Order: sequence, then C-alpha cells, then structure tokens
Amino acid sequence: MTARPTRRDEAWRYSDIDAVTAAWPLPAPESIVVPAGGDFRRAIVQDEGDIRQIELVLGKGAAASLHILNIGGAYGRIELAVTLHEGADFHLGAAQIGGGEQNLEIVTTVTHAEPGATSRQVVRSVLGGTATGTYLGKVAVARDAQQTDSEQDVKAMLLGRSATANAKPELEIFADDVKCAHGCAIGELDAMALYYLQSRGLPPAEAKKILLQAFVAGVFDGAEDEEHLQALALTKLGELV
Amino acid sequence: MLKIENLHATVADKPILKGLSLSINAGEIHAIMGPNGAGKSTLSYVLGGRPGYEVTEGSATFAKENGEAQDLLDMDPHERAAAGLFLGFQYPVEIPGVSNVQFLRESLNAQRKARGLEPLSGGDFLKLAREKAGLLKMDMDMLKRPVNVGFSGGEKKRNEMVQMGILDPRLAILDETDSGLDIDALRIVGDGINSIMRRPDKAVLLITHYQRLLDYVQPDLVHVLAAGRIVKSGGPELALELEREGYAEIAA
Repeated sequence: MTARPTRRDEAWRYSDIDAVTAAWPLPAPESIVVPAGGDFRRAIVQDEGDIRQIELVLGKGAAASLHILNIGGAYGRIELAVTLHEGADFHLGAAQIGGGEQNLEIVTTVTHAEPGATSRQVVRSVLGGTATGTYLGKVAVARDAQQTDSEQDVKAMLLGRSATANAKPELEIFADDVKCAHGCAIGELDAMALYYLQSRGLPPAEAKKILLQAFVAGVFDGAEDEEHLQALALTKLGELV
Repeated sequence: MLKIENLHATVADKPILKGLSLSINAGEIHAIMGPNGAGKSTLSYVLGGRPGYEVTEGSATFAKENGEAQDLLDMDPHERAAAGLFLGFQYPVEIPGVSNVQFLRESLNAQRKARGLEPLSGGDFLKLAREKAGLLKMDMDMLKRPVNVGFSGGEKKRNEMVQMGILDPRLAILDETDSGLDIDALRIVGDGINSIMRRPDKAVLLITHYQRLLDYVQPDLVHVLAAGRIVKSGGPELALELEREGYAEIAA
C-alpha cells in the first residue's frame, strides 16, 4: 500500500485531505481490461461522496467511452488510469456540478503506450457557493506511440466569486509525430446573454439554468443512458441557481 | 400606455438621459430619431431594465391591461416582459447550445405563468411559432437552431420580430431594428411590425436612424432625441425634414 497522500502530492493538492484520511487505506482500484477489438461503455454517477479509482486497459483497436457525472457528497473524486495499445480509442465526457462546500475532482492519466491510438476528454465543471472543482489530466505518450491523437477540452463555470476551479492539463511526450491538443477556460455566465433571456420573460434562475444546461449538455452526447444523465445534471443545476 | 416623465439616467456614472419626457397612448406608433450618442439605446435599455443603467431621477409608468398605472422602473426585466413589454435588441445576442424553440417556449410559458395562464403545449407552441416564422418569411429550421448563432445581421433582426410575434407584447420598443437589413428584408420586417403590433390596444416605440423604415411603418408621431432629451416632436413629415436637412439644423 502506498503512503497516505498529503497536500504536497501534486495529484492530491486540491483534495479534501480530511476526507481522504478518513477513507484511507483505499480499496484496490477497479480493473477493466477491454480486449483487442472490444467495445466498452459505461456511465458513472458519483452522487454520495466517494473516492473511486479505475484502471482501464484498451487492447489493440479497442474502444472505450466513459461518461461521468460527479455531483454528490462533500468530497467526490474519480481517478482514471487509462492505457491505450495500438490504435485504441478512448473517450471521456464528464461533468462535475457542485455547490455549498463540495469538493469534486476528476483526475486522469491517459498513457498512449503504442502507435495510432486516440483519446478525447471533454470535462465541464459548474461551481457555486464555496465549492471546488478540479480536473488534473495527464497525457503520456511513449516513445513508440507515433501518430497519437489526443485532445483535452476543459471548461469551468463559476457561479460566484467564492467558488474555485482548478484545471491542469499536462503533457508528457516522448514520440515526435503526435497531435496533442489541450484547451482550458474558466469563466462566468455571460451577463448580456442572461439579460437577453430575462428580457423575454424568463426569471433569473430559469435563465441561468438554461445557460448552464447548454454549457454541460454536450458532454453526454451518445452516452449510455444519456437522458438519465442529462436529467440528473439538470436537477443538480436547478439546486445551484 | 407608456408615460415617461423627466427621466434622468446614467451609465457607469456618466449622465446620458437628462430629463426625457414622452407619452405614448394605446394604438399609437412613435418614432425616435437622433444623432449618434443622443441616448437612444440607453432609453431602450433603461425601459428594459438592463443592469448597469441607473435611473437617477424621474419616472416611467406602463399601464396594465385594465388601464391602471404601474411603475415600470420598479420591475425586474422578466416582470416587465410578463407585463407586456418587448425590447427588440439592436445587437441580438448569440446563445450557443440553446435552441430558439426551447428558449421561446420556456419564455412564453414563464410569461403565461406570471399572468396566471396555463402553459402552451408543445404542439400548440410549434403551430404558433410556425405561423410567426412564416409571417417574417423565416425558415422553420432556423428556429430549431441555437439562438442567433450563425445568423446574418438581417436574420437576427428577423428573428427578433419572430420572437415579438410569438410573445405578443402590448408595447414594443424596437432599437434600430432596421439597421443591417437589405431592402427586401426591411419590407418584410416593416410588414411584420404592422401585422403584429398595429392594433388599438398596442403601441410601438421605433428607434431608428433612417426615414426608410417609416415608409413601411407609418408613425403617428416623430421625436428628435438629442443630448438626452426630446428636443422636437412632430408628425411623420418631421422624419422627412430630418432626412433632408440633418439633425444639426432641426435640433438646434
């Protein structure tokens, strides 16, 4: 068992260390192996406070699509360690929505171990109150993993000045023929758009909810149980506005 | 229907409106013309309740359907809409990810709820939307797209008028709805304003730079706004006079 993390560990820097301590030692990570050519899909809803670790290995030409809705409990952390073999394809669509004093984290390490694999991560966070939302995403490309195509698209929306968003895309590339895109933005609701919606009769809370719904909606496109995820996300957004 | 008295307003502490008075009765269409920077858009935003537009003096009342006066400036933007006010934006806002249909249906039903009416069903709403889109010669497919995203300047203005048709206000304040329109679109928009708003129980305040829109939407009164006040009022002929001689001459 590894040592209990502290704030000095980069991967736990923004975590709720008290909650981590209470949960320590963590159970062994869930291990998922998708065999060569296989296809794996899963939707994960974290709604009661939990530290969840998943190791996912994609064999040659395998595909995996994960959708995560991280919304519940005082502290909710989901960690993914993904290894991609030749030509594998990994997709993550995640939303974390928190209010009050919630601390929500998604931490990913995607290793392109062999050539020609693709990975795409889309993460949206909506944070109100004094909540903290964190995305730490490392993409590691091995020396042999030429023609890697990887993308991280990370955006956070703060509903008030006391909420916090952390985003850290990180690239570690040893191959020389790769495409690794990463984009990251943290912002607040557009005042003019809010006014425009209200000028047509929508009360402020409804107007905010519509804009936030649009902000997170795309991440669940094509998800297993897409409507259920959208509905849960919408309910949670309704509690924040 | 709308009574503005001695209105003073500031934007970022800068005085823009400086004692504006104006009265519009039901059944009337008024036009406001004036040079750049006179305060035309500020007037529309103050009446629409946009945050950051501070009223420092004066009043504006908007009559209820039963004629009773209510303080317009005391209401939130969505309450003004539910009371029957519509603001046509000079620069309609793009809202990615939100379809026109969803936005308008929720807006209309929020207004209906505020008036104690039942929400309109999906089917009834689409029928209404199709009718109003047809009136403005706008393709129904555009209404299914995100609000104003990828619309040309003219399409955005037509979309404002489709929204006006669907929401069916009692008072419309249209801020340069004619700017950015080509000749054909101008006629379509003019016809739209007439067919939606020219009724004995409705009124329109048109803010415009050009006389041309007034060929299609005949105003009952034309006002010249300069330096934050109405400096001259007259019949439709005043617009022609302005076009001919310029603001400098008339407003002096």
